Amino acid sequence: MPADSRWVEAPQPFDRVATEAERPSSNGATPGSTLERELAGLDALAELEDRPSLFQRAWSALWPGLIAIGIGLLLWQMVIWSHWRAEYILPSPFTVLHDLWRGELLTATRITLQRAVIGFALALTVGTAAGLAMSLVAPLRRAFGAFVTGLQTMPSIVWFPLAIVLFRQTEGAIQFVVVIGAAPSIANGLLAGVDNVPPLLVRAGRVLGARGPRLYRNVILPASLPSYVAGLKQGWAFAWRSLMAGELIATIGGKASIGFLLDRDRNLSAYADMQSTMILILIIGIVVDTFIFGTVERTIRRRRGLLS
Amino acid sequence: MTPARAHDAATRAPAGSPVAASAPATPAVVVDDVSKRFGSGASSVHALDHVSLDVATGEFVCLIGASGCGKSTLLNLMAGLDHPSAGTVDVRGRCSLMFQESALFGWLTVAGNVELALKLRGVRRAERRARARELLDVVHLGAFADKRPHELSGGMRQRVALARAFAQDADVLLMDEPFGALDAMTRDLLHDELESLWQQRGLTVVFVTHNVREAARLADRVVLLSSRPGRVAATFTPGLPRPRRMEDPATGAAAGEITARLRKEVARHAG
Repeated sequence: MPADSRWVEAPQPFDRVATEAERPSSNGATPGSTLERELAGLDALAELEDRPSLFQRAWSALWPGLIAIGIGLLLWQMVIWSHWRAEYILPSPFTVLHDLWRGELLTATRITLQRAVIGFALALTVGTAAGLAMSLVAPLRRAFGAFVTGLQTMPSIVWFPLAIVLFRQTEGAIQFVVVIGAAPSIANGLLAGVDNVPPLLVRAGRVLGARGPRLYRNVILPASLPSYVAGLKQGWAFAWRSLMAGELIATIGGKASIGFLLDRDRNLSAYADMQSTMILILIIGIVVDTFIFGTVERTIRRRRGLLS
Repeated sequence: MTPARAHDAATRAPAGSPVAASAPATPAVVVDDVSKRFGSGASSVHALDHVSLDVATGEFVCLIGASGCGKSTLLNLMAGLDHPSAGTVDVRGRCSLMFQESALFGWLTVAGNVELALKLRGVRRAERRARARELLDVVHLGAFADKRPHELSGGMRQRVALARAFAQDADVLLMDEPFGALDAMTRDLLHDELESLWQQRGLTVVFVTHNVREAARLADRVVLLSSRPGRVAATFTPGLPRPRRMEDPATGAAAGEITARLRKEVARHAG
Protein backbone atom coordinates (compact mmCIF):
# COMPACT_ATOMS: atom_id res chain seq x y z
CA MET A 1 0.00 0.00 0.00
CA PRO A 2 1.25 3.50 -0.70
CA ALA A 3 2.89 5.43 2.09
CA ASP A 4 0.01 7.84 1.96
CA SER A 5 -1.54 9.30 5.08
CA ARG A 6 -4.97 9.36 3.43
CA TRP A 7 -5.13 5.55 3.70
CA VAL A 8 -5.42 3.77 7.03
CA GLU A 9 -5.29 -0.04 6.79
CA ALA A 10 -7.85 -1.61 9.14
CA PRO A 11 -6.55 -4.34 11.46
CA GLN A 12 -7.75 -7.80 10.28
CA PRO A 13 -9.00 -10.73 12.36
CA PHE A 14 -6.97 -13.93 12.23
CA ASP A 15 -9.06 -15.67 9.55
CA ARG A 16 -8.35 -13.01 6.96
CA VAL A 17 -7.64 -14.04 3.37
CA ALA A 18 -4.06 -15.22 2.81
CA THR A 19 -1.68 -12.53 1.61
CA GLU A 20 0.18 -12.86 -1.66
CA ALA A 21 3.34 -14.16 0.00
CA GLU A 22 1.46 -16.91 1.84
CA ARG A 23 -0.58 -18.19 -1.09
CA PRO A 24 0.67 -21.01 -3.32
CA SER A 25 0.51 -20.04 -6.98
CA SER A 26 -2.76 -21.20 -8.52
CA ASN A 27 -3.35 -23.88 -11.20
CA GLY A 28 0.32 -24.30 -11.99
CA ALA A 29 0.44 -21.11 -14.05
CA THR A 30 3.52 -18.99 -13.98
CA PRO A 31 3.68 -17.27 -10.61
CA GLY A 32 0.96 -14.90 -11.55
CA SER A 33 1.06 -11.40 -12.85
CA THR A 34 -0.94 -8.85 -10.91
CA LEU A 35 -3.71 -9.21 -13.50
CA GLU A 36 -3.87 -12.96 -13.04
CA ARG A 37 -4.11 -12.63 -9.28
CA GLU A 38 -6.77 -9.98 -9.51
CA LEU A 39 -8.82 -12.12 -11.90
CA ALA A 40 -8.39 -15.18 -9.71
CA GLY A 41 -9.54 -13.14 -6.72
CA LEU A 42 -12.71 -11.99 -8.46
CA ASP A 43 -13.37 -15.50 -9.76
CA ALA A 44 -13.04 -16.98 -6.28
CA LEU A 45 -15.66 -14.52 -5.04
CA ALA A 46 -18.11 -15.75 -7.70
CA GLU A 47 -18.02 -19.37 -6.60
CA LEU A 48 -21.29 -20.73 -5.36
CA GLU A 49 -21.97 -22.68 -2.22
CA ASP A 50 -22.39 -26.44 -2.47
CA ARG A 51 -25.81 -28.04 -2.73
CA PRO A 52 -27.29 -29.56 0.44
CA SER A 53 -26.69 -33.29 0.83
CA LEU A 54 -28.91 -35.92 -0.79
CA PHE A 55 -30.40 -36.80 2.58
CA GLN A 56 -31.28 -33.18 3.34
CA ARG A 57 -32.86 -32.72 -0.07
CA ALA A 58 -34.81 -35.99 0.18
CA TRP A 59 -36.07 -35.12 3.63
CA SER A 60 -37.16 -31.60 2.70
CA ALA A 61 -39.08 -33.07 -0.25
CA LEU A 62 -40.55 -35.91 1.81
CA TRP A 63 -41.98 -34.44 4.97
CA PRO A 64 -44.63 -32.18 3.41
CA GLY A 65 -45.81 -35.19 1.37
CA LEU A 66 -46.01 -37.38 4.45
CA ILE A 67 -48.07 -34.76 6.28
CA ALA A 68 -50.40 -34.47 3.27
CA ILE A 69 -50.93 -38.26 3.25
CA GLY A 70 -51.62 -38.14 6.98
CA ILE A 71 -54.25 -35.42 6.52
CA GLY A 72 -55.85 -37.36 3.66
CA LEU A 73 -56.12 -40.56 5.69
CA LEU A 74 -57.48 -38.66 8.67
CA LEU A 75 -60.23 -37.02 6.58
CA TRP A 76 -61.15 -40.39 5.11
CA GLN A 77 -61.29 -41.96 8.57
CA MET A 78 -63.47 -39.08 9.78
CA VAL A 79 -65.99 -39.87 7.04
CA ILE A 80 -65.99 -43.49 8.25
CA TRP A 81 -66.54 -42.36 11.85
CA SER A 82 -69.50 -40.26 10.73
CA HIS A 83 -71.21 -43.49 9.47
CA TRP A 84 -72.22 -41.69 6.31
CA ARG A 85 -72.15 -44.98 4.36
CA ALA A 86 -72.11 -48.58 5.49
CA GLU A 87 -68.64 -49.91 6.22
CA TYR A 88 -68.77 -52.53 3.43
CA ILE A 89 -69.49 -49.84 0.82
CA LEU A 90 -66.93 -47.31 2.05
CA PRO A 91 -64.35 -49.27 4.04
CA SER A 92 -61.83 -47.63 6.35
CA PRO A 93 -58.42 -46.65 5.01
CA PHE A 94 -56.77 -49.45 6.99
CA THR A 95 -58.88 -52.18 5.38
CA VAL A 96 -58.23 -50.70 1.94
CA LEU A 97 -54.49 -50.26 2.46
CA HIS A 98 -54.30 -53.81 3.77
CA ASP A 99 -55.95 -55.03 0.56
CA LEU A 100 -53.11 -53.52 -1.44
CA TRP A 101 -51.14 -56.67 -0.60
CA ARG A 102 -52.89 -58.97 -3.04
CA GLY A 103 -51.01 -61.23 -5.42
CA GLU A 104 -53.39 -60.54 -8.30
CA LEU A 105 -52.74 -56.83 -7.96
CA LEU A 106 -49.03 -57.38 -8.56
CA THR A 107 -49.75 -59.39 -11.72
CA ALA A 108 -52.26 -56.77 -12.87
CA THR A 109 -49.71 -54.00 -12.29
CA ARG A 110 -47.18 -55.85 -14.39
CA ILE A 111 -49.65 -56.30 -17.26
CA THR A 112 -50.82 -52.69 -17.18
CA LEU A 113 -47.37 -51.15 -16.78
CA GLN A 114 -46.12 -53.21 -19.67
CA ARG A 115 -48.90 -51.79 -21.82
CA ALA A 116 -48.15 -48.29 -20.53
CA VAL A 117 -44.45 -48.55 -21.33
CA ILE A 118 -45.01 -49.97 -24.82
CA GLY A 119 -47.76 -47.44 -25.57
CA PHE A 120 -45.70 -44.54 -24.27
CA ALA A 121 -42.65 -45.65 -26.24
CA LEU A 122 -44.79 -45.73 -29.39
CA ALA A 123 -46.26 -42.32 -28.60
CA LEU A 124 -42.76 -41.00 -27.98
CA THR A 125 -41.62 -42.17 -31.37
CA VAL A 126 -44.67 -40.94 -33.25
CA GLY A 127 -44.92 -37.65 -31.31
CA THR A 128 -41.24 -36.82 -31.64
CA ALA A 129 -41.18 -37.64 -35.33
CA ALA A 130 -44.29 -35.55 -35.95
CA GLY A 131 -42.95 -32.65 -33.87
CA LEU A 132 -39.59 -32.71 -35.64
CA ALA A 133 -41.19 -32.85 -39.06
CA MET A 134 -43.53 -29.97 -38.30
CA SER A 135 -40.77 -27.82 -36.81
CA LEU A 136 -38.56 -28.39 -39.86
CA VAL A 137 -41.16 -28.00 -42.58
CA ALA A 138 -43.28 -24.89 -42.13
CA PRO A 139 -46.08 -25.88 -44.57
CA LEU A 140 -46.44 -29.19 -42.75
CA ARG A 141 -46.98 -27.31 -39.54
CA ARG A 142 -49.50 -24.93 -41.10
CA ALA A 143 -51.33 -27.95 -42.50
CA PHE A 144 -51.37 -30.18 -39.43
CA GLY A 145 -50.58 -27.92 -36.45
CA ALA A 146 -54.20 -27.12 -35.64
CA PHE A 147 -55.19 -30.73 -36.25
CA VAL A 148 -52.62 -32.00 -33.74
CA THR A 149 -53.73 -29.48 -31.13
CA GLY A 150 -57.31 -30.52 -31.84
CA LEU A 151 -56.40 -34.13 -31.19
CA GLN A 152 -54.85 -33.05 -27.90
CA THR A 153 -58.09 -31.48 -26.73
CA MET A 154 -60.11 -34.55 -27.73
CA PRO A 155 -60.59 -37.19 -25.00
CA SER A 156 -58.73 -40.08 -26.55
CA ILE A 157 -61.23 -42.61 -25.24
CA VAL A 158 -63.70 -41.48 -27.89
CA TRP A 159 -61.37 -43.22 -30.34
CA PHE A 160 -61.84 -46.51 -28.54
CA PRO A 161 -64.93 -47.75 -30.39
CA LEU A 162 -63.12 -47.16 -33.68
CA ALA A 163 -60.02 -48.89 -32.28
CA ILE A 164 -62.12 -51.94 -31.37
CA VAL A 165 -63.55 -51.99 -34.88
CA LEU A 166 -60.11 -51.69 -36.44
CA PHE A 167 -58.07 -53.92 -34.14
CA ARG A 168 -60.74 -56.02 -32.37
CA GLN A 169 -60.05 -56.64 -28.68
CA THR A 170 -56.30 -56.89 -29.04
CA GLU A 171 -53.33 -55.06 -27.56
CA GLY A 172 -53.32 -53.08 -30.80
CA ALA A 173 -56.61 -51.43 -29.89
CA ILE A 174 -55.38 -50.22 -26.51
CA GLN A 175 -52.04 -49.05 -27.90
CA PHE A 176 -53.87 -47.12 -30.60
CA VAL A 177 -55.78 -45.16 -27.99
CA VAL A 178 -52.70 -44.57 -25.86
CA VAL A 179 -50.71 -43.23 -28.81
CA ILE A 180 -53.58 -40.99 -29.97
CA GLY A 181 -53.79 -39.67 -26.42
CA ALA A 182 -50.10 -39.03 -25.78
CA ALA A 183 -48.43 -38.25 -29.10
CA PRO A 184 -50.00 -34.78 -29.67
CA SER A 185 -48.70 -33.49 -26.34
CA ILE A 186 -45.23 -34.76 -27.12
CA ALA A 187 -45.23 -33.20 -30.59
CA ASN A 188 -46.54 -29.89 -29.24
CA GLY A 189 -43.97 -29.87 -26.44
CA LEU A 190 -41.18 -30.19 -28.97
CA LEU A 191 -42.69 -27.51 -31.20
CA ALA A 192 -43.07 -25.10 -28.28
CA GLY A 193 -39.45 -25.75 -27.34
CA VAL A 194 -38.16 -25.03 -30.82
CA ASP A 195 -40.31 -21.87 -31.00
CA ASN A 196 -38.88 -20.55 -27.76
CA VAL A 197 -35.18 -21.01 -28.39
CA PRO A 198 -33.59 -17.62 -27.58
CA PRO A 199 -32.57 -15.99 -30.90
CA LEU A 200 -29.24 -15.01 -29.33
CA LEU A 201 -28.30 -18.68 -28.96
CA VAL A 202 -29.19 -19.30 -32.59
CA ARG A 203 -26.98 -16.38 -33.62
CA ALA A 204 -24.16 -17.68 -31.41
CA GLY A 205 -24.50 -21.09 -33.04
CA ARG A 206 -24.39 -19.55 -36.52
CA VAL A 207 -21.30 -17.54 -35.59
CA LEU A 208 -19.68 -20.83 -34.55
CA GLY A 209 -20.37 -22.14 -38.03
CA ALA A 210 -23.38 -24.32 -37.32
CA ARG A 211 -25.93 -24.19 -40.15
CA GLY A 212 -28.83 -26.41 -41.11
CA PRO A 213 -28.89 -29.83 -39.47
CA ARG A 214 -25.82 -29.10 -37.36
CA LEU A 215 -27.42 -25.97 -35.94
CA TYR A 216 -30.48 -28.08 -35.22
CA ARG A 217 -28.62 -30.88 -33.49
CA ASN A 218 -26.14 -28.79 -31.51
CA VAL A 219 -28.18 -25.74 -30.56
CA ILE A 220 -31.89 -25.81 -31.28
CA LEU A 221 -32.76 -29.29 -30.02
CA PRO A 222 -30.70 -29.09 -26.80
CA ALA A 223 -32.15 -25.63 -26.14
CA SER A 224 -35.70 -26.96 -26.51
CA LEU A 225 -35.18 -29.94 -24.22
CA PRO A 226 -36.97 -28.50 -21.13
CA SER A 227 -40.13 -27.87 -23.11
CA TYR A 228 -39.88 -31.29 -24.76
CA VAL A 229 -39.65 -32.98 -21.36
CA ALA A 230 -42.68 -31.00 -20.19
CA GLY A 231 -44.48 -32.38 -23.26
CA LEU A 232 -43.37 -35.92 -22.38
CA LYS A 233 -44.70 -35.48 -18.88
CA GLN A 234 -48.07 -34.29 -20.14
CA GLY A 235 -48.01 -37.05 -22.73
CA TRP A 236 -47.49 -39.63 -20.02
CA ALA A 237 -50.49 -38.28 -18.08
CA PHE A 238 -52.67 -38.59 -21.18
CA ALA A 239 -51.30 -42.06 -21.94
CA TRP A 240 -52.06 -43.28 -18.44
CA ARG A 241 -55.60 -41.90 -18.50
CA SER A 242 -56.30 -43.38 -21.91
CA LEU A 243 -54.95 -46.73 -20.80
CA MET A 244 -57.11 -46.80 -17.66
CA ALA A 245 -60.21 -45.80 -19.61
CA GLY A 246 -59.53 -48.44 -22.23
CA GLU A 247 -58.96 -51.19 -19.69
CA LEU A 248 -62.17 -50.27 -17.87
CA ILE A 249 -64.27 -50.41 -21.01
CA ALA A 250 -63.03 -53.65 -22.49
CA THR A 251 -61.07 -56.69 -21.49
CA ILE A 252 -58.15 -56.89 -23.84
CA GLY A 253 -56.59 -60.24 -24.58
CA GLY A 254 -58.39 -61.80 -21.60
CA LYS A 255 -55.81 -60.35 -19.24
CA ALA A 256 -56.48 -59.37 -15.63
CA SER A 257 -55.12 -55.82 -15.87
CA ILE A 258 -55.63 -53.06 -13.34
CA GLY A 259 -58.64 -51.65 -15.17
CA PHE A 260 -60.13 -55.12 -15.46
CA LEU A 261 -59.82 -55.67 -11.68
CA LEU A 262 -61.46 -52.33 -10.97
CA ASP A 263 -64.50 -53.20 -13.07
CA ARG A 264 -64.69 -56.79 -11.86
CA ASP A 265 -64.51 -55.82 -8.15
CA ARG A 266 -67.36 -53.35 -8.61
CA ASN A 267 -69.45 -56.15 -10.15
CA LEU A 268 -68.51 -58.48 -7.32
CA SER A 269 -69.19 -55.77 -4.71
CA ALA A 270 -65.62 -56.20 -3.46
CA TYR A 271 -65.42 -52.52 -2.61
CA ALA A 272 -62.34 -52.62 -0.40
CA ASP A 273 -60.42 -54.32 -3.21
CA MET A 274 -61.82 -51.84 -5.72
CA GLN A 275 -60.67 -48.87 -3.68
CA SER A 276 -57.25 -50.36 -3.03
CA THR A 277 -56.87 -50.67 -6.82
CA MET A 278 -57.76 -47.00 -7.16
CA ILE A 279 -55.11 -46.12 -4.62
CA LEU A 280 -52.60 -48.17 -6.57
CA ILE A 281 -53.47 -46.18 -9.72
CA LEU A 282 -52.88 -42.96 -7.81
CA ILE A 283 -49.57 -44.23 -6.42
CA ILE A 284 -48.31 -45.29 -9.86
CA GLY A 285 -49.23 -41.86 -11.22
CA ILE A 286 -47.40 -40.06 -8.43
CA VAL A 287 -44.34 -42.31 -8.58
CA VAL A 288 -43.89 -41.98 -12.34
CA ASP A 289 -44.52 -38.25 -12.31
CA THR A 290 -42.33 -37.41 -9.33
CA PHE A 291 -39.54 -39.90 -9.54
CA ILE A 292 -39.11 -40.29 -13.29
CA PHE A 293 -40.28 -37.08 -14.96
CA GLY A 294 -39.70 -34.94 -11.88
CA THR A 295 -36.11 -36.12 -11.55
CA VAL A 296 -35.36 -35.60 -15.23
CA GLU A 297 -36.94 -32.14 -15.17
CA ARG A 298 -35.13 -31.06 -12.02
CA THR A 299 -31.78 -32.32 -13.33
CA ILE A 300 -32.20 -30.35 -16.54
CA ARG A 301 -33.29 -27.22 -14.73
CA ARG A 302 -30.51 -27.42 -12.19
CA ARG A 303 -27.83 -27.88 -14.84
CA ARG A 304 -29.08 -24.85 -16.72
CA GLY A 305 -29.36 -22.73 -13.63
CA LEU A 306 -33.14 -22.46 -13.87
CA LEU A 307 -33.58 -23.68 -10.30
CA SER A 308 -32.75 -21.53 -7.30
CA MET B 1 3.83 -2.29 -30.66
CA THR B 2 5.47 -4.94 -28.49
CA PRO B 3 8.08 -7.26 -30.02
CA ALA B 4 5.65 -10.18 -29.83
CA ARG B 5 3.13 -8.28 -31.90
CA ALA B 6 5.64 -7.16 -34.46
CA HIS B 7 6.67 -10.74 -34.93
CA ASP B 8 3.10 -11.87 -35.27
CA ALA B 9 2.29 -9.25 -37.85
CA ALA B 10 5.25 -10.42 -39.88
CA THR B 11 4.23 -14.06 -39.84
CA ARG B 12 0.72 -13.17 -40.90
CA ALA B 13 1.80 -11.15 -43.91
CA PRO B 14 1.26 -12.90 -47.23
CA ALA B 15 4.19 -14.88 -48.56
CA GLY B 16 6.37 -13.02 -51.08
CA SER B 17 6.29 -9.68 -49.32
CA PRO B 18 9.53 -9.59 -47.35
CA VAL B 19 9.05 -6.03 -46.17
CA ALA B 20 5.59 -6.69 -44.83
CA ALA B 21 6.51 -5.70 -41.28
CA SER B 22 7.37 -2.19 -42.31
CA ALA B 23 4.86 -1.84 -45.13
CA PRO B 24 1.37 -0.53 -44.37
CA ALA B 25 -0.48 -3.36 -42.64
CA THR B 26 -2.75 -5.45 -44.84
CA PRO B 27 -6.40 -4.83 -44.10
CA ALA B 28 -8.18 -7.61 -42.20
CA VAL B 29 -11.61 -6.13 -42.78
CA VAL B 30 -12.62 -4.14 -45.82
CA VAL B 31 -16.04 -2.52 -45.81
CA ASP B 32 -16.56 -0.94 -49.18
CA ASP B 33 -19.41 1.48 -49.79
CA VAL B 34 -21.89 -0.57 -47.81
CA SER B 35 -25.53 0.35 -47.41
CA LYS B 36 -28.10 -1.59 -45.47
CA ARG B 37 -31.84 -1.13 -45.49
CA PHE B 38 -34.31 -3.02 -43.37
CA GLY B 39 -37.81 -3.46 -44.69
CA SER B 40 -39.02 -1.94 -47.89
CA GLY B 41 -41.06 1.00 -49.15
CA ALA B 42 -41.95 3.97 -46.98
CA SER B 43 -41.44 2.14 -43.69
CA SER B 44 -37.91 0.98 -44.52
CA VAL B 45 -35.07 1.92 -42.20
CA HIS B 46 -31.78 3.08 -43.64
CA ALA B 47 -29.39 1.58 -41.08
CA LEU B 48 -26.14 2.11 -42.97
CA ASP B 49 -25.51 4.55 -45.80
CA HIS B 50 -22.39 4.31 -47.97
CA VAL B 51 -20.10 3.20 -45.17
CA SER B 52 -16.48 2.48 -46.08
CA LEU B 53 -14.05 1.32 -43.45
CA ASP B 54 -10.76 -0.58 -43.51
CA VAL B 55 -9.43 -2.29 -40.42
CA ALA B 56 -5.75 -3.18 -40.58
CA THR B 57 -4.50 -6.57 -39.46
CA GLY B 58 -3.66 -6.33 -35.80
CA GLU B 59 -5.57 -3.11 -35.33
CA PHE B 60 -7.92 -2.40 -32.44
CA VAL B 61 -10.84 -0.33 -33.70
CA CYS B 62 -13.70 0.92 -31.57
CA LEU B 63 -17.00 1.84 -33.21
CA ILE B 64 -18.89 4.45 -31.30
CA GLY B 65 -22.03 6.42 -31.96
CA ALA B 66 -25.41 7.39 -30.62
CA SER B 67 -28.25 4.93 -30.78
CA GLY B 68 -29.51 4.05 -34.23
CA CYS B 69 -26.14 4.52 -35.90
CA GLY B 70 -26.03 0.93 -37.12
CA LYS B 71 -23.05 -0.22 -35.04
CA SER B 72 -24.48 -3.64 -34.43
CA THR B 73 -25.73 -3.90 -38.00
CA LEU B 74 -22.21 -3.29 -39.23
CA LEU B 75 -20.84 -6.03 -36.96
CA ASN B 76 -23.51 -8.45 -38.15
CA LEU B 77 -22.51 -7.75 -41.75
CA MET B 78 -18.85 -8.36 -40.91
CA ALA B 79 -19.75 -11.60 -39.14
CA GLY B 80 -21.66 -12.76 -42.18
CA LEU B 81 -24.93 -13.05 -40.25
CA ASP B 82 -26.54 -10.61 -42.64
CA HIS B 83 -25.96 -9.32 -46.14
CA PRO B 84 -25.51 -5.70 -47.22
CA SER B 85 -28.15 -4.14 -49.47
CA ALA B 86 -25.33 -2.61 -51.50
CA GLY B 87 -21.54 -2.67 -51.40
CA THR B 88 -19.23 -5.41 -50.17
CA VAL B 89 -17.85 -6.60 -46.87
CA ASP B 90 -14.64 -8.60 -46.97
CA VAL B 91 -13.16 -10.20 -43.88
CA ARG B 92 -9.81 -11.91 -44.35
CA GLY B 93 -9.32 -14.75 -41.94
CA ARG B 94 -11.70 -16.33 -39.48
CA CYS B 95 -13.90 -14.03 -37.50
CA SER B 96 -15.94 -14.48 -34.41
CA LEU B 97 -18.67 -12.33 -32.92
CA MET B 98 -19.18 -11.76 -29.21
CA PHE B 99 -22.31 -10.23 -27.73
CA GLN B 100 -23.21 -8.21 -24.67
CA GLU B 101 -24.45 -11.45 -23.19
CA SER B 102 -22.04 -14.36 -23.32
CA ALA B 103 -24.54 -16.52 -25.27
CA LEU B 104 -22.98 -19.65 -23.80
CA PHE B 105 -25.00 -22.85 -24.12
CA GLY B 106 -26.45 -23.60 -20.70
CA TRP B 107 -26.77 -27.34 -21.31
CA LEU B 108 -23.01 -27.70 -21.74
CA THR B 109 -20.22 -27.27 -19.24
CA VAL B 110 -17.72 -24.46 -19.65
CA ALA B 111 -15.32 -26.87 -21.35
CA GLY B 112 -18.21 -28.31 -23.39
CA ASN B 113 -18.96 -24.87 -24.82
CA VAL B 114 -15.39 -24.48 -26.01
CA GLU B 115 -15.33 -28.07 -27.28
CA LEU B 116 -18.47 -27.49 -29.34
CA ALA B 117 -16.75 -24.64 -31.16
CA LEU B 118 -13.84 -26.99 -31.89
CA LYS B 119 -16.21 -29.74 -33.01
CA LEU B 120 -18.02 -27.42 -35.41
CA ARG B 121 -14.64 -26.51 -36.85
CA GLY B 122 -13.91 -30.18 -37.45
CA VAL B 123 -11.36 -30.80 -34.70
CA ARG B 124 -11.21 -34.51 -33.86
CA ARG B 125 -12.83 -35.69 -30.65
CA ALA B 126 -9.58 -36.92 -29.16
CA GLU B 127 -7.97 -33.48 -29.42
CA ARG B 128 -10.92 -31.41 -28.30
CA ARG B 129 -10.64 -31.98 -24.57
CA ALA B 130 -6.99 -30.94 -24.36
CA ARG B 131 -7.42 -28.00 -26.73
CA ALA B 132 -10.40 -26.68 -24.76
CA ARG B 133 -8.41 -26.92 -21.57
CA GLU B 134 -5.54 -24.95 -23.12
CA LEU B 135 -7.89 -22.24 -24.32
CA LEU B 136 -9.52 -21.96 -20.92
CA ASP B 137 -6.08 -21.58 -19.39
CA VAL B 138 -5.48 -18.71 -21.77
CA VAL B 139 -8.38 -16.83 -20.18
CA HIS B 140 -7.33 -18.08 -16.73
CA LEU B 141 -10.39 -20.27 -16.27
CA GLY B 142 -8.83 -23.73 -16.47
CA ALA B 143 -10.01 -24.47 -12.96
CA PHE B 144 -13.63 -23.91 -13.97
CA ALA B 145 -13.75 -26.28 -16.94
CA ASP B 146 -16.41 -28.54 -15.43
CA LYS B 147 -18.69 -25.81 -14.12
CA ARG B 148 -21.92 -24.80 -15.79
CA PRO B 149 -22.15 -21.30 -17.30
CA HIS B 150 -24.78 -20.21 -14.76
CA GLU B 151 -22.35 -20.95 -11.94
CA LEU B 152 -19.94 -18.30 -13.20
CA SER B 153 -20.05 -14.52 -12.82
CA GLY B 154 -20.87 -12.34 -15.83
CA GLY B 155 -17.22 -11.45 -16.33
CA MET B 156 -16.16 -15.09 -16.24
CA ARG B 157 -18.83 -15.98 -18.79
CA GLN B 158 -17.49 -13.34 -21.15
CA ARG B 159 -14.02 -14.82 -20.78
CA VAL B 160 -15.42 -18.26 -21.64
CA ALA B 161 -17.03 -16.64 -24.69
CA LEU B 162 -13.59 -15.28 -25.53
CA ALA B 163 -12.07 -18.75 -25.21
CA ARG B 164 -14.86 -20.04 -27.44
CA ALA B 165 -13.98 -17.41 -30.02
CA PHE B 166 -10.33 -18.51 -29.83
CA ALA B 167 -11.51 -22.08 -30.35
CA GLN B 168 -12.76 -20.94 -33.74
CA ASP B 169 -9.20 -19.87 -34.40
CA ALA B 170 -10.56 -16.39 -35.00
CA ASP B 171 -8.04 -13.75 -35.93
CA VAL B 172 -10.70 -11.10 -36.28
CA LEU B 173 -12.69 -10.56 -33.14
CA LEU B 174 -15.96 -8.65 -33.51
CA MET B 175 -17.29 -7.52 -30.16
CA ASP B 176 -20.74 -6.01 -29.66
CA GLU B 177 -20.63 -4.12 -26.35
CA PRO B 178 -19.11 -7.19 -24.71
CA PHE B 179 -18.50 -5.56 -21.33
CA GLY B 180 -21.60 -3.36 -21.29
CA ALA B 181 -23.37 -5.39 -18.62
CA LEU B 182 -20.42 -5.83 -16.25
CA ASP B 183 -19.57 -3.96 -13.08
CA ALA B 184 -16.77 -1.40 -13.31
CA MET B 185 -14.19 -3.46 -11.40
CA THR B 186 -14.68 -6.52 -13.60
CA ARG B 187 -14.72 -4.41 -16.74
CA ASP B 188 -11.38 -2.84 -15.81
CA LEU B 189 -9.79 -6.24 -15.38
CA LEU B 190 -11.26 -7.51 -18.63
CA HIS B 191 -9.85 -4.49 -20.46
CA ASP B 192 -6.41 -5.51 -19.22
CA GLU B 193 -7.06 -9.12 -20.16
CA LEU B 194 -8.38 -8.28 -23.63
CA GLU B 195 -5.51 -5.89 -24.31
CA SER B 196 -2.92 -8.47 -23.32
CA LEU B 197 -4.57 -11.27 -25.36
CA TRP B 198 -4.92 -8.97 -28.37
CA GLN B 199 -1.20 -8.24 -28.19
CA GLN B 200 -0.10 -11.83 -27.56
CA ARG B 201 -2.22 -13.28 -30.34
CA GLY B 202 -1.95 -10.47 -32.84
CA LEU B 203 -5.72 -10.23 -33.10
CA THR B 204 -7.69 -7.72 -35.09
CA VAL B 205 -10.50 -6.33 -32.96
CA VAL B 206 -13.60 -4.39 -33.93
CA PHE B 207 -15.21 -3.33 -30.71
CA VAL B 208 -18.61 -1.66 -30.51
CA THR B 209 -19.24 0.39 -27.42
CA HIS B 210 -21.29 3.34 -26.25
CA ASN B 211 -18.77 4.02 -23.48
CA VAL B 212 -16.46 6.77 -24.70
CA ARG B 213 -13.89 6.18 -21.97
CA GLU B 214 -13.76 2.50 -22.82
CA ALA B 215 -13.04 3.43 -26.43
CA ALA B 216 -10.25 5.77 -25.34
CA ARG B 217 -8.86 3.05 -23.09
CA LEU B 218 -8.74 0.35 -25.76
CA ALA B 219 -8.67 1.69 -29.29
CA ASP B 220 -5.88 2.30 -31.75
CA ARG B 221 -8.53 4.12 -33.72
CA VAL B 222 -12.02 5.26 -32.77
CA VAL B 223 -14.57 5.35 -35.58
CA LEU B 224 -17.45 7.66 -34.89
CA LEU B 225 -20.68 6.83 -36.67
CA SER B 226 -23.51 9.26 -37.22
CA SER B 227 -27.09 8.16 -36.81
CA ARG B 228 -30.02 7.75 -39.19
CA PRO B 229 -28.63 6.92 -41.58
CA GLY B 230 -25.45 5.42 -40.18
CA ARG B 231 -22.39 6.95 -41.77
CA VAL B 232 -18.77 7.27 -40.77
CA ALA B 233 -18.66 10.79 -39.34
CA ALA B 234 -15.05 10.94 -38.18
CA THR B 235 -12.18 8.83 -36.96
CA PHE B 236 -9.99 9.63 -34.01
CA THR B 237 -6.58 8.18 -33.17
CA PRO B 238 -5.89 8.53 -29.45
CA GLY B 239 -2.19 7.81 -29.99
CA LEU B 240 -1.65 6.96 -26.34
CA PRO B 241 1.08 4.57 -25.21
CA ARG B 242 0.08 1.12 -23.89
CA PRO B 243 -0.62 -0.28 -21.42
CA ARG B 244 -3.25 2.34 -20.68
CA ARG B 245 -5.47 2.69 -17.71
CA MET B 246 -9.04 3.88 -17.55
CA GLU B 247 -8.15 6.45 -14.86
CA ASP B 248 -5.12 7.94 -16.65
CA PRO B 249 -5.55 11.68 -17.30
CA ALA B 250 -4.54 11.10 -20.93
CA THR B 251 -7.33 8.54 -21.36
CA GLY B 252 -9.72 11.00 -19.78
CA ALA B 253 -8.61 13.78 -22.10
CA ALA B 254 -9.03 11.57 -25.16
CA ALA B 255 -12.47 10.53 -23.91
CA GLY B 256 -13.32 14.21 -23.54
CA GLU B 257 -12.45 14.92 -27.15
CA ILE B 258 -14.50 12.00 -28.40
CA THR B 259 -17.45 13.07 -26.27
CA ALA B 260 -17.32 16.62 -27.61
CA ARG B 261 -17.38 15.35 -31.20
CA LEU B 262 -20.13 12.85 -30.41
CA ARG B 263 -22.29 15.58 -28.87
CA LYS B 264 -21.87 17.71 -31.95
CA GLU B 265 -23.07 14.75 -33.99
CA VAL B 266 -26.07 14.22 -31.77
CA ALA B 267 -26.96 17.93 -31.85
CA ARG B 268 -27.39 17.73 -35.64
CA HIS B 269 -30.53 15.69 -35.04
CA ALA B 270 -32.18 18.54 -33.15
CA GLY B 271 -33.13 19.89 -36.60
